[in-house]
Formats: sequence, structure tokens, C-alpha cells
Amino acid sequence: MKGQESMTKAAQSENLLEISGLQMHFPITRGVFKRKVGAVRAVDGIDLTVAKGETVGLVGESGCGKSTTGRLMTRILEPTAGKVVFEGRDVSHVGNKGLRPLRRDVQMIFQDPYSSLNPRHTVGSIIAAPLQIQKIPTPKGVKAAVQDLLKLVGLNPEHYNRYPHEFSGGQRQRIGIARALALRPKLIVADEPVSALDVSIQAQVVNLLDDLQKEFDLTYVFIAHDLSVVRHISDRVAVMYLGKIVEIADRDQLYSNPRHPYTVALMSAVPTPDPARRNSAQRNRVLLTGDVPSPINPPSGCRFRTRCWKAQDICATEDPALTARLGDPESHQTACHFPVAEDEVVAGRRPASSNA
Amino acid sequence: MLSYLIRRIVNAVITLLVVTMVTFGIFFAVPTITGSDPALLYIGKTADPASLEGIRTKLGLDDPIPVQYGKFLKGLVAGRDYANGADVTHCDAPCLGYSFKTEQEVTPLLISDIPVTLSLAIGAAILWVLFGVATGVLSALKRGTFLDRAAMTGALAGVSLPIYFTGQLALLIFIHELGWLPDAAYTPFLEDPAGWFTGLILPWVTLAFLFAATYARLTRANMLETLGEDYIRTARSKGLPERTVIGKHGLRAVLTPLVTVFGLDFGTLLAGAILTEQVFNLRGLGYQALTAIRQNDLPVILGVTLIAAIFIVVINLIVDLLYSVIDPRVRLG
Amino acid sequence: MSTDSLAGLTMPAGPAKRPFLEVKDLTVRFNTDDGVVKAVSGSSFAVERGKTLGIVGESGSGKSVTSLAVLGLHRTRSNATVAGEIWLDDKELVTASDEEVRKLRGGKMAMIFQDPLSAMHPYYTVGAQIVEAYRVHHKVSKKEARVRAIDMLARVGIPQPEKRFNEYGHQFSGGMRQRAMIAMALVNDPKLLIADEPTTALDVTVQAQILDLIRDLQEEFGSAVIMITHDLGVVAELADDVLVMYGGKVIERGPAADVFHEPQHPYTWGLLGSMPRLDRELRERLTPVKGSPPSLINLPSGCAFHPRCPYAGRNGDRSFTESPELRGGVHAVACHLPAEDRQKIYEQEVAPNL
Repeated sequence: MKGQESMTKAAQSENLLEISGLQMHFPITRGVFKRKVGAVRAVDGIDLTVAKGETVGLVGESGCGKSTTGRLMTRILEPTAGKVVFEGRDVSHVGNKGLRPLRRDVQMIFQDPYSSLNPRHTVGSIIAAPLQIQKIPTPKGVKAAVQDLLKLVGLNPEHYNRYPHEFSGGQRQRIGIARALALRPKLIVADEPVSALDVSIQAQVVNLLDDLQKEFDLTYVFIAHDLSVVRHISDRVAVMYLGKIVEIADRDQLYSNPRHPYTVALMSAVPTPDPARRNSAQRNRVLLTGDVPSPINPPSGCRFRTRCWKAQDICATEDPALTARLGDPESHQTACHFPVAEDEVVAGRRPASSNA
Repeated sequence: MLSYLIRRIVNAVITLLVVTMVTFGIFFAVPTITGSDPALLYIGKTADPASLEGIRTKLGLDDPIPVQYGKFLKGLVAGRDYANGADVTHCDAPCLGYSFKTEQEVTPLLISDIPVTLSLAIGAAILWVLFGVATGVLSALKRGTFLDRAAMTGALAGVSLPIYFTGQLALLIFIHELGWLPDAAYTPFLEDPAGWFTGLILPWVTLAFLFAATYARLTRANMLETLGEDYIRTARSKGLPERTVIGKHGLRAVLTPLVTVFGLDFGTLLAGAILTEQVFNLRGLGYQALTAIRQNDLPVILGVTLIAAIFIVVINLIVDLLYSVIDPRVRLG
Repeated sequence: MSTDSLAGLTMPAGPAKRPFLEVKDLTVRFNTDDGVVKAVSGSSFAVERGKTLGIVGESGSGKSVTSLAVLGLHRTRSNATVAGEIWLDDKELVTASDEEVRKLRGGKMAMIFQDPLSAMHPYYTVGAQIVEAYRVHHKVSKKEARVRAIDMLARVGIPQPEKRFNEYGHQFSGGMRQRAMIAMALVNDPKLLIADEPTTALDVTVQAQILDLIRDLQEEFGSAVIMITHDLGVVAELADDVLVMYGGKVIERGPAADVFHEPQHPYTWGLLGSMPRLDRELRERLTPVKGSPPSLINLPSGCAFHPRCPYAGRNGDRSFTESPELRGGVHAVACHLPAEDRQKIYEQEVAPNL
């Protein structure tokens, strides 16, 4: 229901954010003269559009470049190549002054509600800061505006003068959300916003984000490693591996019909909270072997080939394009030479102590 | 590892060059620019113009300052000749020139002083590390007890009290009042080890007290932090006896940052040695330096500065190398 | 197959053989400047050899403190008091001497921790740390211990174990590091293995590898395993029995299938309702538990869960004044709601939303 609705919505409305060929290479230098000896290719050429009002999920494991992508989208980082276009304006390399409107329209929510709030400032001043920096008019005064925001995220407005340490983890994340909302942004990039929280609190924050999206017509980019949370909240989902998007599709498409072997492995690895299905889950699990290769020196061709059970010669020589495969709709794109078919029997598990 | 070593040594040489340049500039160039005359310092106010001119030529004070500096460097590396016509004096490398006051060669003068200062510094360093670390560890393990509070109060006193106070106090109590120790004096170790020890024990303690206090506090803080680390819990969960947990796993992590601090403190130690030598009347580099400063004896001041700089640079080089040995994360990171 | 593993608890003291690990009325308190932290209050459970007990709970529920108590690791904390009984293989550990417990630690019972990077000593090689663990409990030469350590590294699936033996923890990837930690824990063939959030710091594909490894090794060694986690999925994958903890107390206990299919406690319902699941149809909204976990210094009166419980007013003021006891047979629950009410609420209100 939600998926279809937003699909049509996405098709009609303009794109809020467009990134193309986006690249972030962090140089590795050595010696007195800072000679460049290589680069960490954290993000290595990704294209993605985010339509107004939709939620795009970005999943992948640690080191896949999803957080760096989020920081490029908000222009906390400046890309080494490629473009970031927000509302039709190329903001890839604009300076501090040019970023000012972007800083108002695009906000970020971080994973760690402990370290992203200044412990010496009251909650009131933390939330008021963006209002004052951007000189936003507050007709009823700053305090009233902040208290409205506190109410909005489900905090007691009387706690205006308290310090972050007086709040629990979940409440602190709400403060972070209130701060992000203060400027009424158009796009919120949330980087693992619930992964540091307890399960029961996680659900509260996810529901809050849902409600706020409806109320303010927000657009989200939701970065997370938890596939089930991403499924719950996203309209479209992009799966990243070693700095690239390997598969992107509408949520239901992706979860019901994953094409990329990495997506298949990732989904099968999620433990099922149902003891009765324990055995079938384990039998059908694809256990990936080895570790993620280094982003300093990624494998040639398809980057997943070193851990892929379907890899053949072509995978080493040719980088597969991200495109619709096996008769998928245009919205479902996979970067794989040998995508997994619907009825395919995937390679089963291997013993734990094999060369893993 | 080898390229790292070479790089570090090159860095050290560059640092020393800069130090000589700056000190040379301050001590020789500044008087020339401001109009006071080093040659005058050399022979005194009553000199006649002719001998003054002779001295100038002989010491090369007429040359432009960069040329003087070049000659000074050459003297350090290869030795140099001071010549005024037929009057030639040869000074062997490493040549630091002649004292303005005593007209002795500076290099042998200072070299004879090095053992005194080195004995003082090394002895004090050993004392302070041993006592500082031991007190710190004990304090951490007995946190909140009387012992902890007493040790930390003592440490606070150590940090706050200046050497000329603690030194005089120690002199007064242990030598003059109680008579337990002979007057502080330097006896070469090879001549009389016992005399060397008893003559230096009081200066050691005085100098060490200052630093032991800092190290005790630092060790205590580090140890408390380390005891909360996950790997200490792991060590305990393996069933290691508590003394192994503390003495091996804990201490190793505590000592590592201390090594860096030790390198940084070495400069302060030399400064402390100057004061201590003064208080106990020991004829070391520090004593020499103070005398030279009072008498405006530029070559000696320059020499002492250079030797101190060499010590500090070398110690820091050793510390950095040592650090990469004891912390594998630095070595391999 | 697992329903009888708690039998020892439900029976009065009798001729029945004591379970391999039996914890009775375990209570752990910490004296702090802010007050007494009631970390664990009266928790009881048992594990047999070859079985896995999953302990689930959120931060501050007392699950980690419980496991550290079993290993006797609170003994080094001067502000901790541990009361109750811990029976391991017919030996009582709470009253045992420090030395006796130390000898069991790492030997008969071992533990793996959440973050393998910080749990390894940064200045000693992985090999040296395993050798050390082996030599505490075995009088063997360094050479023999080295052979054993390399063997263990190979057993847990670390490639090139001879080479990896000489490397440091930070040179390993997250998954390999946790494998090395497991090798270290298993080097003395422990009969009880406690895993405290062993996969929380790992990526999901690596987590699958590690869980698979723990399962395999358990089959091979026949140890009892306690798996502590906040992730219900992990518990469902591994545990025979499940313990749900809240505010330092066991609030539900039973065979995994029962706890997941017929959960009894409103908090367990809340946990299950909070998590989005890949194996279910999408829900429009999650059903979270309202409020936040309680402070262990200032626990709510009566049932510690009452401020967050939607059903707390249903029994007059019992929920607010009286702490519910863990009652029931194999599947026990600490809740004031009558069994039939719980059944009805679960079927009509809770289950349709899971």
C-alpha cells in the first residue's frame, strides 16, 4: 500500500536530490612531504535520485561507504568527483556561503545520541542554535519555538533547561531529531538513527520518524545496517557493497525478489526470531566466506566476485552495470552478470570451520 | 623499520641544525647588531684597540654572520684553526670555541662536566620512575584508602614545591642536622662507587621528588582507567591470578604512555638539574651554564645549549623507537 | 527435546540430580555514590550440558551482570555484593574461595565478550594471549601450548593459523577477531561457555558465520552455552531455553518455542512487537513499549514493569505495590495478570499485531 502509493508519487513529483557519479576517495599519504601513495575508495561512483516525499533506504555492512554517502549528500564532505544536485542546484563544490541554504533544507541525524549533543549546553540551547544561526523568525519567541519542537518529538517541554546527560538514550535521539526539525528541512539524512537504541525504544523512534514524515511531508534517506528496520521504513532500498550500489529497487520488489547474490546473502543472514523455522532458515542460509576486501585495493571487475559463489571469468574483467536484469521493471536495477532468478536454488551453507 | 629509522635520524639532525642556528643567532649575532662587542667581552673593557682588532680577526668576528656560522659548523664537524697572521691556534673537532673568561677550550671543559650531570639525571630518573610508578600502582589498587590519600597528598606536595626549597630542606635535615650523609659532592663512579652513591643520593632524591609526584599521579590515573578496560576483564576471565592481571596486563598498558611522557620530561629534567646542581654545589653542566650566563661567556653558553639539545633530541629519538617497539599498533598501524 | 532442562528447578529439593549449572536466587548489588544499584534480584535458572540458554533483555536488565556473577568476576569489585547460590557441576561458587573460583574460570567455564577488539590486549599477540590462557590451567611448555593454540585457531576457521598466531588483535578483521576470542575461550575445553552479546559488534553476514561456528563447536564439545543478547533473532536461532530479564529480574522463562510462540509477559509481547521482522508481512506501524527502562537504583515499586505496562491497572493496585513472583511450570512468568486473562489478551490484542 505504502509502496505503491509512493511509487506513483515518486514518478510524478520532481527529484529533490540527484547524485551522479559520486566519488569520495580519501587520500593515504606518507612521509614528510605527504606523498600520496593511494586512496581509500570509500564511495566509488554511485548514482541515486531521491524524489520528494519518499524514503530511500541505504543498507550495507560496515565499510561499504553508506555513511560517507550520507555525508556527501549533506555536503559535510566535498566529493572528489561526481555531482550532488539538490532541487536542481549543483552543490557539489559550493563554499560555505553557498551551502547556507542547503544547511537549512538538509539535516542529518546521527547514530550516537551521546556524542552528537554538546554535554555543556542545555537541551533548549542545543535545539535553538540552528534557529539562531540561520536567523529564522520565531514569532512567539525562541523558547516557545523550542518547546513546540520538544512536544513534537514527544519530550516534556518543561525539560527545556536540562542537560543531555539527564536524558535516556532514546530521549537523546529525540533531542537530535528535534534539532534536525528546527529548520523545517526538506530532506533528512538519518545515519543509523536507531542502531544504538534498545529494541523497545527503537520502535518508538521509528514510529516517530514515520509520523513526522507524514506531518511535514519530509523526505528521508535512511542509512542502516539493519535490513528489517530499513524494510519497515523505506519506499525504495539501495544495497551497497565496497563503495558501490549493487542493487536498488522498490522495497517490496527488493525483499521479495533479490537479484544480487550479495543481497541474497545479506537477507538470508538475518536471524529469524522464530525457533520453529530455525532449521529451515539455517539450511537456506548462504554463508559468505572470507572478509570484505580492502577499499584501498578493491577487486577488479565486480567487487563482490571474491566472495560470490556464482562468480565466473567475466566477473573479474568486466564491472557489471547497474541496470534492470531478467525482465525486471526499470526501477529494479542490479549490478551483476549472473543475477539470481526467482526459482533459483542458492548455494547452501558451508561448514563453519572451512576456510571462512 | 629501517627507512623509519633513517627518516627519524635525518629529522633529528635537522632539528639540531635549527637549534644551533637559533642559539648562534641569539648569542653571537644579537650583540653585533645591538652594538655590543663580543671581542670586548673576550678581553675585557681595558683592552687597547690593536689587540681588540687582533682578537676580532682571530675569532673571525669581522666576517659576516652567515660566514661565522659556517665556520662554527665546520669547527663542530671538522675542527677549525683560529689564525691572526702567524698566530694560529688549532681547535679539534667538535670545536665549540674558547671560553671568553678562562680562554680554555670549551669542548673538553664541558665534556668533563657531562658525567656529573648525567649521573644526577639518570640516577634521579631511575628513582622517580621506580617510586612514581610503584606509588601510582599501589594508590590505584587501594583507591580511596588512607594509603591512597596519603600518597596523593605527598604527590601534590612534590609537584608544588620548588627544588630550591626541598633541596635546602633536605640539606638542612640530612646533612647539617642529622649528619647522616656527607656533603653532596661528585666522585667519579669508577673511582669510588660508594662515594659516588652517597654523594649523589640527596640530589637524586630532591630532583626525583619533583617528577615522581607527577608520575605517581599519572600512573594512578592510567591504572584506574586500564583496570576498567575490557581486556583486563578478559584476562581475569581466563583465570589468571590477580597479580598477573595487574602486573602483566595492567602494567604493560600503563607504562606505555609513560614512555612518551618521559621523553617530553627530559628537557625539564635538565632544567631541574641546573637548579639541583646549584643548590648542592655540584660542578656539572648546569653549574657551568649558570656561571657562564653570569659572566656573559657566550661560547660556553652556546656549548651547553647545544649539548642539552643533543640530549633531548637523542632521548626523544630513543623514546619514539622504543614506543614503536612496545606498542605494536604504532609499529604496524 | 528441551522442555525438561528446567525440571531440576520446578521440583522441590529431592533425589533429582542437580543440573550442570544451577543458579538460585542470585542477587547482585553495587554500592555507588548515587545509591545501591540493584543489578540482579533473585534470579534463578539452570542449564544442562549440550544445551543453550538464551538470556534476553535490554541494557540495564541485568543480563551481563548475571553472567559475570557466574564467572565470579564481581569478586574484584570491592563495592559488589553477590548473594544466592551458583552450582556448577555440584560445586557451589558463591561461597567458594577466590582461588577455587579462579581455577574454574577459563577452565571449566569460559566467556566470550561483545567487542573482541577491546577485549583483546593491544600489546600482546593473539597467539601469546591464547597460550597464556592455556598455560594457566595446564602445566605444559610454551611450545606445546603454541601447538595447541594454533590448533584452536585452525578449529575456529582462521586461515593460516601459524601466521595469524604472531599477529595482534588490531590486525584481524572483526569476524576473525571474534573467532580468535572463541579459540581463546575454548582452549581449555570449558564445559560452560558464556557468550555475552558475541555478535552485536559484527556485521550480519559475519554474525551468521559466528553463530554457525558456536553451534558447531557446541555440538563438538558438548558444552553448556549461555547466550546473552538483546537480539531475539539470535536467541531464536540458538537457544533451547529462554530467559527474559527486565529491571534485574527474570520475568519470563521457558523453552524457546513456548516463549516465542506463546509469550506470557506483557514485556515480552512488547519486545516482539517492537521489532520489524523480515519473515512477516509488513506492518503499517510497530507496537513499541512506551516509556524507558527503569533505573536500577530507583526501581519502580511493585512490578518493575508497571510504568510501561498497558495492563497495569487491571488487578487493583497489586502491580504498584506487590512484586510478582516467577510462577508456572516449565514455562514460567512473573506477572499479576491471571493466566486466562493473559491468554485472552495475547490472542485478541497482541498476536494479530506481531
